[in-house]
Amino acid sequence: MTGMPSAPTPIIDLSQVTKIYGHGAGEVRALRGIDLRINAGEFIAVMGPSGSGKSTCMNVLGCLDTPTGGTYKFLGVPVGNMSPDQRALLRRNYLGFVFQGFNLLSRTTALENVELPLVYRHVPKEQRRALARKALQEVGLGGRETHVPSQLSGGQQQRVAIARAIVTQPQVLFADEPTGNLDTATSVEIMKLLTSLNEQRGITIAMVTHEPDIAGWTRRIVRFRDGYIESDQINEPVREL
Amino acid sequence: MFGNAIILALREIRRNVLRSTLTILGIVIGVGAVITMVTIGEGATAQVQQDIQKLGSNLLQVFRGQGFGGGGGARSSAPPFSMEDVNAIKNEVAGVRAVAPTIGTGTQAIYGNSNWSTQVQGTDDQYISVRDWPLASGRNFSESELRAGAAVCILGATVQRELFGSEDPLGANVRLGKLSCQVIGTLTSKGQSGFGQDQDDLVVLPLRTVQRRIVGNADVNSIMVSARDGVSTEKVQADLESLLRERRKVRPGADPDFNVRDLKEISSAMTQTTRVLTSLLAAVAAVSLLVGGVGIMNIMLVSVTERTREIGTRLAVGAMARDVLLQFLIEAVTLAAFGGIIGIALGLSAGALATHAFHVPFVLNVGIVMLSFAFSAAVGIIFGYFPARRAAQLDPIEALRHE
Ligand SMILES: Nc1ncnc2c1ncn2[C@@H]1O[C@H](COP(=O)(O)OP(=O)(O)OP(=O)(O)O)[C@@H](O)[C@H]1O
Ligand SMILES: [Mg+2]
Repeated sequence: MTGMPSAPTPIIDLSQVTKIYGHGAGEVRALRGIDLRINAGEFIAVMGPSGSGKSTCMNVLGCLDTPTGGTYKFLGVPVGNMSPDQRALLRRNYLGFVFQGFNLLSRTTALENVELPLVYRHVPKEQRRALARKALQEVGLGGRETHVPSQLSGGQQQRVAIARAIVTQPQVLFADEPTGNLDTATSVEIMKLLTSLNEQRGITIAMVTHEPDIAGWTRRIVRFRDGYIESDQINEPVREL
Repeated sequence: MFGNAIILALREIRRNVLRSTLTILGIVIGVGAVITMVTIGEGATAQVQQDIQKLGSNLLQVFRGQGFGGGGGARSSAPPFSMEDVNAIKNEVAGVRAVAPTIGTGTQAIYGNSNWSTQVQGTDDQYISVRDWPLASGRNFSESELRAGAAVCILGATVQRELFGSEDPLGANVRLGKLSCQVIGTLTSKGQSGFGQDQDDLVVLPLRTVQRRIVGNADVNSIMVSARDGVSTEKVQADLESLLRERRKVRPGADPDFNVRDLKEISSAMTQTTRVLTSLLAAVAAVSLLVGGVGIMNIMLVSVTERTREIGTRLAVGAMARDVLLQFLIEAVTLAAFGGIIGIALGLSAGALATHAFHVPFVLNVGIVMLSFAFSAAVGIIFGYFPARRAAQLDPIEALRHE
């Protein structure tokens, strides 16, 4: 092995990761052995039919869920050996997550929802406010700060969820269908935002999408089928101007 | 971290006005009810004890006839007492402080245009000492007045008020039935007895005056005996009984034709009764406490799903389990404290109003205040905190999927 140029440690390294829901006859094998490496600075689209395990995989990557088998190394450190508090710190300091179902706090204003991750990062109040405002402006929701989720459309809630995920400037951003509820024009705005976060700030992004047009913005497309990775291809991003 | 948790907790309280209000209400009901009920019960007990004090301390009363109250057929057939009996008690029973013979009868008291139906009590100069009942003005009976059966009287406060109003009664002549007698003194007010009788509604005269000029015989109906301080009334009672058995020639083993009542016995019976009342009130209060507790529990359990998802979201954006728990604990404690303070304030106000309305003293029982508060707070904290603790130990995604 001596003399071989050592490849850079991938930021994310999944090997033979499985996830089984339930027991016995009713068990569902959502992931059947996933090997996936993501290097710092990548912009990946995850595609595949409904029920193929995309969300399950993203939850594992986001340290929100524990895999049934296999190992997940984040920056070379096996996540499986970490305590719940260490995983919480990992989420707090390195990861951002956009849920397929948004998961905003109800009866809580858009601004306070976006502020939430900063509260746990102990960012002082004034700075927190300013950062949350800026993030809401970036997703096109300036002026909606005081609206609560029930007063926002599905697409607007989705954008609040995106703002909450990017407000901390995470090293890695996981987004589960971040444009699923958005019209084409807004989707393009979001993709421009994600692209600039990836290119200007160097944030690593993995996003699930069903739309080839959206996947086309990324530089790598991973396709899931029945809990396996069916294909993993380089993509030449198409830029709409 | 602590500051953050406080901010987040207060935010959640403000955000969920209904849930917070209902939780506080549950605690307010529990704490308030217990404090109100116990205050009323304790007030009644204190009132009874005051009444007992008013009767006079260490007071024994000898009646003729058998049984409690000395009434019924036995009374009329049993021979009356005599002054010899009174003197024998004075001389032969150890530990006696004062002895007063009494004879009572109803009469009409008239002064000027005022007319009042009252009780006449024939007795001697020991009466006020036996009953521990100071004079408000004037003087006690003199030896010669007692011996001669003079037409002099001492007025109870009620009779004084009804006949004289604000006028000075000393030296005036009051007509009692056919007898006209001069007022030489007035008694201080003793108020109502534990039985609800107005103890001040009486006119006290020399025994002989009543015997000769009102009832027309030489009988003594009952004898009041007060024991010296520090002397057991049981001992005095036993001595009294054996002395009177001998004097009245009651055969050994036979039921006596008199009875000696210790007012302490009556008072302890009354204390017992109020204690039952207090327990009853306490039981009602305990039910309220329970109802309040179940209310809090319900609200907490109903909101568990929403709160579990909330916890999932917080964990997902980087909260540690202990951040979340601290927030929930502060939330629960704040609500409990709010509810507790309002409940204590309401309970004490209601208790004060009720004791005022029932004319009983207001007694503060700090132990019960603390206990009821602790119970309600514990319910609030247990049902607010423990579901949160379970949720905070889940993977975030499991908490988010909670249904
Ligand atoms: N909590 C769960 N309990 C049991 N089975 C589950 C659970 N979550 C997901 N599954 C199953 O795991 C499989 C993968 O689900 P997953 O949500 O990862 O699909 P997906 O690729 O994200 O689909 P979609 O595109 O519809 O979002 C599905 O068959 C689903 O039914
Ligand atoms: Mg999905």
